[in-house]
Amino acid sequence: MTGEAVKLTKAALTLDDGTVFPGLAVGPLIEAEGEVIFITAMSGYQEVLTDPSYHGQIVVFTTAHIGNYGTNPAVDQAAKVQAAGAIFHEIWRPSVDHWLSNNDLPEYMANNRLVSLTGVDTRALTLHLREKGSRNGYIGPFNPDPQVALTRAQNIPSMSGLDLASSVSSPTVYSLKGAAPKDGQPNFQVAVLDLGIKRSILDQLRAHHLDLTVWPAKTPPERILAENPHGLFLPNGPGDPAPLDYAIKTATAFLGRLPVFGICLGHQVMALASGAKTYKLPFGHHGLNHPVVDSQTGRVWITSQNHGFAVDPTTLPSGLKPSLWNINDQTLEGLEWTDKPAFSVQFHPEASPGPHDSLALFERFHQMLKAHHHA
Amino acid sequence: MPKRSDLETILILGSGPIVIGQACEFDYSATQGCKALKEEGYRLVLLNSNPATVMTDPELSDRTYIEPMTLEVAQGIIALEKPQAILPTLGGQTALNLAMELHKSGVLDRERVEMIGSNPTVIEVAESRERFRAAMTEWGLDIPVSGLASSVEEALEAAERSGFPAIVRPSFTLGGSGGGVAFNREELKELAWRGLTVSPIGQILVEQSLIGWKELELEMIRDLADNAIIVCGIENVDPMGVHTGDSVTVAPIQTLTDVEYQAMRDDSLKVARAVGLNGGCNIQFAISPTTGRRVVIEMNPRVSRSSALASKATGFPIARVAAKLAVGYTLGELKNGITGKSACFEPALDYCVVKAPRFNFEKFAGASQTLGLEMRAVGETMALGGNFREALQKALRGLETGRLSLECREIASIKPEERLEWLKRHLVTPEPDRLAQLYEALKLGLTLEEAKSLTGLDPWFIGQLMEIWATEKFIAGPLADSLAKGETPLAESWIKVKSQGFSDLRIAKIVRAARPGPEITPAKIKALRLAAGVRPHFRQVDTCAGEFAAETPYYYSSFDSPSVPPEPKLKDPGETGPKKVMILGGGPNRIGQGIEFDYCCVKACQAFDAIGCATIMVNSNPETVSTDYDAVGRLYFEPVTFEDVLAVVEEEKPDGVIVQLGGQTPLNLAQELKDAGVPIWGTAPEAIFQAEDRKGWNDLVSRLSLKQPPSGMAPDIESACVIAERVGYPVIVRPSFVLGGRAMKIIHRPTELRDYLSGLSLSGMALGVDNPILVDKFLDDAVEVDVDAVADGEKVVIAAIMEHIERAGVHSGDSCCSIPPFTLSEAIQKEIRLETEKLGLALGVKGLMNIQFAVAKGVVYVLEANPRASRTAPFVSKATGKPLIQTAARIMAGSSLDELGFTEPFGQGYYAVKEAVLPWNRFSGVEVDLGPEMRSTGEVMGLDDNFGLAFLKAQAAAGMTIPRSGDIVLTVSDRDKEALVPLARNLVGLGFTIHATPGTRDVLAASGVPCQKIEKINAPRPNLIDFLLDGKAVLLVNTVSDPTSITEASRIRWAAIRRGVSMITTMASLTAAVEGLREMKIKEGRDQRWRLSPLQTYHGQAMGE
Repeated sequence: MTGEAVKLTKAALTLDDGTVFPGLAVGPLIEAEGEVIFITAMSGYQEVLTDPSYHGQIVVFTTAHIGNYGTNPAVDQAAKVQAAGAIFHEIWRPSVDHWLSNNDLPEYMANNRLVSLTGVDTRALTLHLREKGSRNGYIGPFNPDPQVALTRAQNIPSMSGLDLASSVSSPTVYSLKGAAPKDGQPNFQVAVLDLGIKRSILDQLRAHHLDLTVWPAKTPPERILAENPHGLFLPNGPGDPAPLDYAIKTATAFLGRLPVFGICLGHQVMALASGAKTYKLPFGHHGLNHPVVDSQTGRVWITSQNHGFAVDPTTLPSGLKPSLWNINDQTLEGLEWTDKPAFSVQFHPEASPGPHDSLALFERFHQMLKAHHHA
Repeated sequence: MPKRSDLETILILGSGPIVIGQACEFDYSATQGCKALKEEGYRLVLLNSNPATVMTDPELSDRTYIEPMTLEVAQGIIALEKPQAILPTLGGQTALNLAMELHKSGVLDRERVEMIGSNPTVIEVAESRERFRAAMTEWGLDIPVSGLASSVEEALEAAERSGFPAIVRPSFTLGGSGGGVAFNREELKELAWRGLTVSPIGQILVEQSLIGWKELELEMIRDLADNAIIVCGIENVDPMGVHTGDSVTVAPIQTLTDVEYQAMRDDSLKVARAVGLNGGCNIQFAISPTTGRRVVIEMNPRVSRSSALASKATGFPIARVAAKLAVGYTLGELKNGITGKSACFEPALDYCVVKAPRFNFEKFAGASQTLGLEMRAVGETMALGGNFREALQKALRGLETGRLSLECREIASIKPEERLEWLKRHLVTPEPDRLAQLYEALKLGLTLEEAKSLTGLDPWFIGQLMEIWATEKFIAGPLADSLAKGETPLAESWIKVKSQGFSDLRIAKIVRAARPGPEITPAKIKALRLAAGVRPHFRQVDTCAGEFAAETPYYYSSFDSPSVPPEPKLKDPGETGPKKVMILGGGPNRIGQGIEFDYCCVKACQAFDAIGCATIMVNSNPETVSTDYDAVGRLYFEPVTFEDVLAVVEEEKPDGVIVQLGGQTPLNLAQELKDAGVPIWGTAPEAIFQAEDRKGWNDLVSRLSLKQPPSGMAPDIESACVIAERVGYPVIVRPSFVLGGRAMKIIHRPTELRDYLSGLSLSGMALGVDNPILVDKFLDDAVEVDVDAVADGEKVVIAAIMEHIERAGVHSGDSCCSIPPFTLSEAIQKEIRLETEKLGLALGVKGLMNIQFAVAKGVVYVLEANPRASRTAPFVSKATGKPLIQTAARIMAGSSLDELGFTEPFGQGYYAVKEAVLPWNRFSGVEVDLGPEMRSTGEVMGLDDNFGLAFLKAQAAAGMTIPRSGDIVLTVSDRDKEALVPLARNLVGLGFTIHATPGTRDVLAASGVPCQKIEKINAPRPNLIDFLLDGKAVLLVNTVSDPTSITEASRIRWAAIRRGVSMITTMASLTAAVEGLREMKIKEGRDQRWRLSPLQTYHGQAMGE
């Protein structure tokens, strides 16, 4: 990097297995800790860093150049940056000139107090994580005594069994109007349990003529049902779904009663509520190029994905049908409730970042609400 | 859906000769397609006129037709082979156009042949400007304001709507051929006329100019179940206004946000659906850098140059997958050979890929060097790097233009204080060395804002150049200081420099310029950085940014990785087992070094593979088959330079390295590699040097008592004139160590010689003791002969003697030639064999060699010997069916000719004529004449039992179909007039009407040949130019004897080129044509056509079956 001086300090990422990856800390902040995961997306860094699903994680970007088109508040997925840290191969500042950019990435990160390393051999790090699995890591000053850093890394709690969703959820309830009603029909009212929802999901739901009430994660289901919504949406969010008993309870209360649609963590919560089990993937799915096949039609979508846990297809109770599969590793990607108005997907149809192949799922939810309402 | 079982035989169309805009990327695609369909068990019939291709190897298809790609021929093949389907999407625009002709003429319907891979409706919609526009509008896609025009008047009307500058795009042409930008009505009239002429349907699109917008391409694949993927997004560093083939491009896309990228992706899916695509396609977009408005420019419903690039950039085999989709599979059913996962995914890149175009403007004196909408690049290199700068500098040094990456040599002749202004002037109009010019300007203080406004480049790219400059300053400053003090810089410093793509050679040069003092050599730089532990890492191209384990044997080097990456390694053959052999490719295509050498590399790989050797390919040309990781053992996508090649050698430690197959590029590295301790297999570098070094060569020739034209070597103008006087004019002159007859010229008088020599130094080829000029007596009216042979050090076997049709003085690469010879006596041929043997043994050739002879008045002169694969090696292989290259490869691995049983072909029984294809139409206004400087881009082959018919076929295949009757224009030089008489008489007898210019007409009339008079060029109009431009002639015969008259002749020839009139420019060709036409007439009298047989049949015949 050249151009206006951004403070670069020698620093390093130390994994809990003792492997050290040196780099340069961008800006004044140089300490962070979290689970280290890699994402293969070649665009959409700002969306990723602000996605609450990455809460508590140190995100490694595999793409060669980051920051090329600056930042633009319009694509933020939450009010603030969510990732615990970011690792780049090369961050760019000197000559960003995108018409929509109002800030370059280093400045944006400084404003958002995000810790990042640049100049890291991200390929070596990625291959390491692929072989050894996602693991905790500590970004800290370049320390001649590796034991200190290693201890820090090893003391980070494991993500399994940790409730992270409630910490990123909105503390208060709020409402959002959907797009103006179409065909003179009033919009459906949908309750959203905020487990760390991305702004683009809210945008998609609203674009599909749904009026939303977004509830804090731990709102009791009775409270939500008392408002007489037409359906429930369970969104994405960070970490392990298993400890989220409050969300599972809400899902249980709605399933079979009203239409429910879940994405990512929401999908896992719905599966748990129906009696299935979840497990941790070795290094998760983080990228914009995951092929998902509809086992009925053979139709393939390229999807945006970001999850470390998955629903175990061997634990599905009756009434729960696997509908979509990841072609790469045959993990479960979608569920249908055969006797209830509900469906869920592991990937992100709202993309942001990523391809829009599966955007039609929002329309499907709308149709489900309509069918249930008129039934 | 499973593969279709209702198909048995599939006809695959190739792309014909290499021309600008359609090069060996289609050999790559169709070869991959053939393999993909072959493994499905289909019977394959292939049609392609180009013998230099891998796809026309007889083992790749069941029936291989090397025949003209014309309607008549294709129809004949369909009648003979009865295919159920025709696949036209792997052979470029040529294949698509031919398939459409077959469709429109009703042949496909009549013979019940289904078009697969694409169908006529898809092609119509994608290719017809009007229907495409309508489809885009219907699907809500934004397109530039435009209007279709079928006349100049309509074009002017359309421009009223689009405004100026206006873009002219002819319908159904190749590589932007005939397109351009008009800034005013007068320019529009000219461009419109030209565009209407070149469009096969006489239609052009006049379009709003988007000059300066970002130019992007998406390579996508869609199947009939509507599954679709984007394999790769490519961003042009040069914005709209420069043809993408002439632009530096980068993958992945660098300057778009995810929102912009995904919206463009959505659009491309819509385009594919709107058109109904099944297979691969390329969609081009323009995006305004100031408003984000995005428009669709065009789509090609087939694989393309960009898709070949995308395949190499990502490791995803687009053509292979497209071929499978064409026979019914869907994407979800196919596997990605690299990861073993599904082929239905989008590759993720964790590196940068840069493609840089290679130009050959220096061969076309007088042609404008401004880049525009018409593609002019003749080749390209691609490089992968850990970052953009590393990839860019690797790509640029791989171009082999004599400059070490971003060096702007032209400014050396400009006064220092005027340089910045000079550069600014040049930056406004895109030229081949634009990035080097920009880099130089930035060094001289051009600001980012100025740079942006002058070039329209996205500031991100300009910033990258500034970053390279910062590194150069570091080299010239702290690093040079430290070296001057005799210090050993730390690893950190070396990584800082090397990761920006600086070669050791360039670092040494920068250091020497900054601190004159103790000699800092590239070797010294390398030694110092190795001492600090800094060497390149070889990373695997895995399609998935490391997400999954991959087993591809496909690597690139990078210094941009401080830790040693845990890349998977391939298993080497055991100690005692077969050997590990490394083959050096030819780098970017250019005139004189192209697909032929790639063919040689690929065949050698196959031969080594067959005997269990591990093969390693090093090359930088993304268009080729040799850079298909599936076609070679292990692929290192690297510049073919000393440093880069040696790094791979150090990584792989091969048992042998082969330099004689990739053309001059690897050959030039032979000695240096050997000196570095690299085991060179085959002919020794010393022998190569002896053959190329004039003194060594002269000694050899006299030792063997062979004859050669008297000659001399001059370090300056005066001694050149002395030599010329001594040997006698005309002389043929050229700088030493050049390829493709670069700057070679025939000189008739002293003044001409002086002009030539001063011209040379102006173009940067300064004479000197180290760079002497070669002056040879030119043998007027001699017959030239090429011989290709294989030798093992003890024995020489002649594979073919090729007799040139044009007389001496035309570069062998540009001349038409025949196997077997058609006029040479047995005695002469015997003499030629004898001399070939002597030379082969004396040079100790192990492998291939090519020797050029001239026969004048019954005397055989040897002109030169090249102990390497020649340009004609593939032609000879196809013509004779002999495994020339495979045998040479085995010899290099230690076998002997006797062991291999390689003998001379006997009693071939048919003629194979090779003809060259010239790119005149791309270089408006240049002199149109064949000479000693090679200018052809490609070649075709004509096969027939009769020499004349084989010649006619070759002409037809080269796009110069000799008509059977009609009006022809004859205007020949004085010395050819007498010889013309019997030929003209024959032409009249064949039914032609002759129009001759006064001088020619007088001679013909005096001999009683009926002909009409036509005014000559400078006579009052209408004269012959008008006659040609009006499209009244079907053939132009025009010869010149003196170089002074070539300017006038060129005007006549240009009239023919612009009107697409076939042209004959030598008496030898006319003689051959007349012979062919007469034979044709005889055949037609017997109700026969010319012969239509597959190569397999011809080869059986040659083997005496």
